[in-house]
Amino acid sequence: MGARVTGVPIMFEGYSLAELGSIFAMQGFAGLILFSVFVLMALGLAIIFGQMGVINMAHGEFMILGAYVTYLCSTFISNYAPALFPVYFFIAMALAFIASGALGMLVEWGMIRFLYRRPLDTLLATWGLSLILQQVFRSVFGAREVGVVLPDWLMGSVAVTDTIEVPINGLFVMALTMAITIVIYAVMFRSRWGQGVRAVMQNRVMAGAVGINTEKVDRYTFGLGCGIAGVAGSAFTMIGSTGPTSGQLYIVDTFLVVVFGGAQSLIGTIASAFTISQAQSTMEFFLSGSTAKVLTLLTVVVILMLRPQGLFVLKVRR
Amino acid sequence: MSSDKMDADKIIGGVPSPLRRKLLLGMAALPAVALLPRGALAQALPTDAVNTTKLAVTDGTVKVGILHSTTGTMAISETGSVQAEKLAIAQINEMGGVLGRKIEVIQEDGASDWPTFAEKARKLLVEDKVAAVFGCWTSASRKAVLPVFEQYNGMLYYPTFYEGLEQSKNVIYTGQEATQQILAGLDWVSKEKKAKTFFLIGSDYIWPRTSNKIARKHIEMHGQKVVGEEYFPLGHTQFNSVINKIKLTKPDVIYASVVGGSNVAFYKQLKAAGIDLNKQTLMTISVTEDEMLGIGGENIAGAYACMKYFQSLKNPNNEKFVAAFKKMWGGESVIGDVTQAAYLGPWLWKLTAEKAKSFDIDKIAAASPGIEFTGAPEGYVRIHENHHLWSKTRVGRARTDGQFDMVYETADLIEPNPFPKGYQ
Repeated sequence: MGARVTGVPIMFEGYSLAELGSIFAMQGFAGLILFSVFVLMALGLAIIFGQMGVINMAHGEFMILGAYVTYLCSTFISNYAPALFPVYFFIAMALAFIASGALGMLVEWGMIRFLYRRPLDTLLATWGLSLILQQVFRSVFGAREVGVVLPDWLMGSVAVTDTIEVPINGLFVMALTMAITIVIYAVMFRSRWGQGVRAVMQNRVMAGAVGINTEKVDRYTFGLGCGIAGVAGSAFTMIGSTGPTSGQLYIVDTFLVVVFGGAQSLIGTIASAFTISQAQSTMEFFLSGSTAKVLTLLTVVVILMLRPQGLFVLKVRR
Repeated sequence: MSSDKMDADKIIGGVPSPLRRKLLLGMAALPAVALLPRGALAQALPTDAVNTTKLAVTDGTVKVGILHSTTGTMAISETGSVQAEKLAIAQINEMGGVLGRKIEVIQEDGASDWPTFAEKARKLLVEDKVAAVFGCWTSASRKAVLPVFEQYNGMLYYPTFYEGLEQSKNVIYTGQEATQQILAGLDWVSKEKKAKTFFLIGSDYIWPRTSNKIARKHIEMHGQKVVGEEYFPLGHTQFNSVINKIKLTKPDVIYASVVGGSNVAFYKQLKAAGIDLNKQTLMTISVTEDEMLGIGGENIAGAYACMKYFQSLKNPNNEKFVAAFKKMWGGESVIGDVTQAAYLGPWLWKLTAEKAKSFDIDKIAAASPGIEFTGAPEGYVRIHENHHLWSKTRVGRARTDGQFDMVYETADLIEPNPFPKGYQ
């Protein structure tokens, strides 16, 4: 017949209301899962880019470091401690946080701290860093993608009703995202340290003058952002690939979410992740994949033209 | 021989005895006698005669190029091809080389960047004057080097299954073109699974789109129906929406040509969404043993792949090939369709040069049609007039251990048809 199944009437022909209802419910979940993935990707960058003003092009590579740690962990535990295998994922995420965080602090100490006054140079420097890390992954783990074996309970789906099935790994990512968001919120807005971070971000010189060790704050903030990227990478082994260049798959979406949300606002990041994910997942359902992506990007561009500062802006007296 | 002579000098040391020196020199020349048969062949085919176009051929050696990405995003796929080509060349050298000349390899890195491919191809042809190049993987890289090979008259052996619609005097395509790979698989799945409806899903670039165009024509010609056709940007990692669409349209067959990192995401999310590939038929033309490593056998077990080669093929050629490959590159290595096709390149070139009794590109190009290779791991293959290979098409079923069980193979070799009438 030649016509593509994109129009609504053709698409829903011959389905009962109940069937359509379940598809929409599942589609709703798909949107929420995409939302969680976006938030998880973007949180680390929101801290580094938003709070510190560092354009970290190597964010994806920090994620993939977390993914490789998960891979090592899965191989190690299935060989030496198979009894732990069902819960290894939690150990892996903790290790991923530590590994990426430690590397982040090292990078901050060796490179980034010299560039705070030259934000555009951080772009080049971290891009170079991302290339270096990719080649390191390639030399250490090989050019091919590695398969991370997941515990059985993480794969598969829960049947909510007879016709509605929700992927477990999606629910897991949602829960993880929520937990991390709450922790970040508590750390940034309810702790002494978070207050220090925000003070340094708003006015570095004054923060130093009132006795905040700005260098230390910078190092830990960058480390925290990278650590979260590591956890995200670890979680994404459930839904994506683990290879030397897999980090590149996430970087564009990540920046999109952070910039669209308004770089300095964590709430903005969440709101923008929600908007973009819902738009994309709805359009992907009704249109074709590539068209959906194009329309999403176009919408974001138009909104950013009208509102260059992003969705949410932090009011700061300069 | 020169190293033997140096040893002789060393032994003599400071003692100036002309007689001893002569004797020792004579002894040092002895190993050369053992090489006589090869030397004789090279003499029977003097360099002037086998090389009239100033290629890098000497009395003892011939230079060839290997041009793949060993860095960048494509390294993931091209590594296997490099390994296979080096294995074939090592084996040919062990047998005495080509026309009595040992093959020397110059390897260049295309770095997953198409202009770099073109530049390196030019370097291999113009500066190194190689007699043949084994290389390229993506269609984009092949399209980038094609004008270079045609301008400087080089010979390229290209290993990847691809979309067809191309034919050149300067290229031998050792992988399948689209109709060879697609049509037999579709016929099999229609017959075996009584499939009436298909959902086509692929990455958004030339190969999946052209392949699906051919698949759609074939499906509709047989009165079956395409209920969905979807493309996603390269590197896309979120397939939940399209999976819901698949659930909604309930196709008999999901026909997948998703590539790269997206592949992993696609199969993991299919499984997580509760689509059991043992119940839902899925046929892919883009997953080989190489991709299975990243996807994880447990996530794709039960799916069907349509290719010309699987590592698990049972025939003496393949058993020898797999053993030699593992010996050279490690017991863990896997061999996919393209890797095997890459292995054919150096062998086909050797057979052609021996038939043509020349390394000249024009003579190689002219002598290529009709060349038969009985030692191919996939079984007998032959070069067609159009520089593609006659080969069988096979369907394999993915196992949890990352290998395929062959469930179907065409009875005859399938004719390559890069410009299929009625499919464009």
